[in-house]
Amino acid sequence: MREKYVLEYSSAVVDEPVVYTLIKRFDIKVNILRAEISSGQEGSMLVELEGESEKLAASRDYLASLSVSLMPISRSLSVREDSCVHCGACTGVCFSGCLSMEREAWELQVDRDKCIACALCVEACPFGAIELKFGE
Amino acid sequence: MAKSYEEINARIARGEAVVLTADEVSRMAAEASPAEIARKVDVVTTATFGAMCSSGCFINFGHTSPPLRMESITLNGVPLFGGVAAVDAYIGATEVSPDDPSYGGAHLIEALVRGDELLLKARGKGTDCYPRREIETWIRKDLVNEITMVSPRNAYQNYAAATNTTDKVLHTYMGSLLPRKGNVNYSTSGQLSPLLNDPYLRTIGVGTRVFLAGAQGFVSWRGTQFNTEKPRNDRGIPESNAATLMLTGDVKQMSADYLRAAYYEKYGVTLYIGIGIPIPVLDEDMAAAVSVRDRDIPALICDYGTEGHPAIARTNYEALRSGFVEIAGKKTRTAPLSSLKKAREIAQALKAQVASGVFPLAAPVQALPERSAVSSLPVRERSR
Repeated sequence: MREKYVLEYSSAVVDEPVVYTLIKRFDIKVNILRAEISSGQEGSMLVELEGESEKLAASRDYLASLSVSLMPISRSLSVREDSCVHCGACTGVCFSGCLSMEREAWELQVDRDKCIACALCVEACPFGAIELKFGE
Repeated sequence: MAKSYEEINARIARGEAVVLTADEVSRMAAEASPAEIARKVDVVTTATFGAMCSSGCFINFGHTSPPLRMESITLNGVPLFGGVAAVDAYIGATEVSPDDPSYGGAHLIEALVRGDELLLKARGKGTDCYPRREIETWIRKDLVNEITMVSPRNAYQNYAAATNTTDKVLHTYMGSLLPRKGNVNYSTSGQLSPLLNDPYLRTIGVGTRVFLAGAQGFVSWRGTQFNTEKPRNDRGIPESNAATLMLTGDVKQMSADYLRAAYYEKYGVTLYIGIGIPIPVLDEDMAAAVSVRDRDIPALICDYGTEGHPAIARTNYEALRSGFVEIAGKKTRTAPLSSLKKAREIAQALKAQVASGVFPLAAPVQALPERSAVSSLPVRERSR
């Protein structure tokens, strides 16, 4: 199983070797896609976790015990439907393939699991319709 | 077999007119000849919904008592041009608030269309006929006199696509352009686009009625930077930026479904406008023109990383619409900036309006120029 999460750290946990523990104790493959962490401050990290489902569940419990919040990447990105005009400007910068145009109706389609939280789309949208929860 | 405007309007009045969108007639053209299309189809509706920076509107606020000659004017903090008579002003779409460069004239125009209340502040010198020196009040579209869109340059004929050969992201009016030709952005509705369905502007001229953001507006003049001198392909379509239209219409009649304020990161504010133009199929030549398909429309890809934005590749809109084009052997992702979905909605809405008779067609009062070139601005010493 493979799952993508945005992890939000409090300053108290930044010194904890979380990734080491996930690998060593829970046998999880950790792919860090984006991280903004500095010692003594809060941090955010986009990770892809791969492993057996029980081990993934156990690693989620471990993270919860540290008060590291886990948000599935699918909930990190949102597009406001009333602001989006389906122009496609966001698709030009989305190299992960999360945002693309459906080529019949020419509507924006969002494959959230492909998001890598690069946030280029947030800037590229002329209507401020895209929100990405990562850090801040 | 030629048809006149009168014959087409009579057929519309009798409920017999055949009105198709430009997409529909292009599909029909796969099997029907121009002669058949000229016989069967009376009107073809075209549309676009994209960013048009050179847009704006005049607003007349009405006089207060005692009156003020408004000189320095802001609306929600955005400066207006007040160098016209006492209570007239021009809202330029790209003017921005000094406090928030992502909020500007386009947002004011959208807010007016939506019926929102806006804070008007104005100052004057105080004169014998205009003794008041300042005012602060809330306005709304039903509390002012006219709000008239007068946009100097809309509906560009075949605006070129953009890419970036530098090593840095460029933030442009053609969107975010990724380094080293990371993407190609284009802004057109292609085979649905008004001026690509009548490339020599036989039916579009001064006085042509247009769908302007949901209102009925008119072509008031040639647009600025109107250019007839671009090379054309065998269908007469210019290879890049050519003709433009100056459009006028009543902002109070417009709908926010077809008009949206936009902000391009680190470029500025602009206005997305929905424009639709019905084209009468007067004869076989017009039938052939409105049958244009994306593959027939040439597109230049220009490098926004080099001064003067030189073209570095040629393609067509079918290729751009496919999602990828090749530039010098490199497969590059393409993305639209104008909304084809919205353009299609407008073409359908206009089709219903034309067929029902509420959107009559007429020959232009005057044709747009057959020859007009664009020059650049020389930086020079004064002539002696």
